[in-house]
Amino acid sequence: MVGIITYGAYIPRYRIKVEEIARVWGANAAEIKGGLGVSEKAVPDYDENTATIAVEAARSALARRAVDPAEIKAVYVGSESHPYAVKPTAVTVGEAIGATPVMTAADYEFACKAGTAGIQTAMGLVSSGMMKYAVAIGADTAQGAPGDALEYTAAAGGAAYVIGNDDPIAVINHTCSFSTDTPDFWRREGEDYPRHGGRFSGEPGYFKHVTGAAHMMLEHMGTKPADYDYAVFHQPNAKFPQKGAAMLGFTHDQIKTGLLAPRLGNTYSGAVPLGLAAVLDVAKPGDRIFITSYGSGSGSDAFDLTVTDAILDKIDRSKGPSVEAMLACATYLDYAVYARHKGKIKV
Amino acid sequence: MTVARFWRAIPQRYNMVGTKCETCGRVFFPPRSVCPHCRRNGKIVEHKCSGKGKVMTFSIVHSASDQYADMKPYVLAIIELEEGARMTTQVICEPDEVYIGMPVKSVFRVLDREGSDGVIHYGTKFVPDVA
Repeated sequence: MVGIITYGAYIPRYRIKVEEIARVWGANAAEIKGGLGVSEKAVPDYDENTATIAVEAARSALARRAVDPAEIKAVYVGSESHPYAVKPTAVTVGEAIGATPVMTAADYEFACKAGTAGIQTAMGLVSSGMMKYAVAIGADTAQGAPGDALEYTAAAGGAAYVIGNDDPIAVINHTCSFSTDTPDFWRREGEDYPRHGGRFSGEPGYFKHVTGAAHMMLEHMGTKPADYDYAVFHQPNAKFPQKGAAMLGFTHDQIKTGLLAPRLGNTYSGAVPLGLAAVLDVAKPGDRIFITSYGSGSGSDAFDLTVTDAILDKIDRSKGPSVEAMLACATYLDYAVYARHKGKIKV
Repeated sequence: MTVARFWRAIPQRYNMVGTKCETCGRVFFPPRSVCPHCRRNGKIVEHKCSGKGKVMTFSIVHSASDQYADMKPYVLAIIELEEGARMTTQVICEPDEVYIGMPVKSVFRVLDREGSDGVIHYGTKFVPDVA
């Protein structure tokens, strides 16, 4: 059965608190924190970008399990902050993990769900017998315009998944998607920052697509929310996934392990892959995991996974940093230094 | 740096691929094609370094060239790799964190960017190895 062979995550060490951003823009921090459920977000170092985050996550995955890089025949990197407009991030990753030159590669973009779209592509390539292993990565150094609502959450991080057939640590039982043309968030070519439809991104965007894909999954599998040990939903803030989970009938206990937004912010394409990594960090054989991503524009990918015995004896999770360990390792920045880190100061 | 000059060094810069003399066991990074000790008796093969090492000595750079100005003050160090080879590189930590003998491990970072429209050069830097 096709599934996850190994996984790795990466979160930069820098953070900025919502209070610090609100202080600069004269906003009410308590109101923003209450509204978003986010208290701080991850910020990349000067010399970090989507490619370096993707490489660190992929190397962590390969450190956890001895996968022959020559057997990796595809690398897909999903992001809305690829370092180049034209030149693939995926080949930089392929080179850095030793998978080049006999591999196919491409960059994906679908707002916050490009990482899960990559996992689906990898599943297809492996299931069809075209290759033994394919790597799918979701990573971002998300941008929010100074003072915009997005600036409080747009964060940096990512996770990598090696997809294959032999002894997966988690079998992917099924995947399905729900996509429509819904302009709730966009960035035009050459623009530094995205724009969004404000509250419009809620009901017709996030909730319609997440519940659409999730209901479809439950129907296809003949399952109910109580059948799952963990659930991970896209988390542009902490409120949307909690509301979406409640609408579907999932409990707080099921989503709390994969709900990273309060301490991490929204890592866009990295968000659901990182939430799943946090679950895999603690998962036991037999655990069943329900996942639904969301990408503005809009679409959702749902997955149903079952953790196998291989998580105990085929990988060594301690060989890569856990999501919790990286969240705990935080250095706080003030707004001025954060602005320098993010290239917001033009000289 | 020209595109071709950087491109040729990608195996070294991304993956720390050096060489090893199978006659005397010495590891060279950057790679050498001839062993200076064994000369014609040397047998050079490719060798991927582990990325683990320790700080031999360091300097804090306060006055940086343009492409590194964003990062100043930063730590520039000579690292002795566990294979024995030494290299000059940046250690990503606060200037007051670094010390001689500090264990370090390699990470993948942006080395420099040729302005806003040029090539982005990636490669290896080091961070404290706390694990």
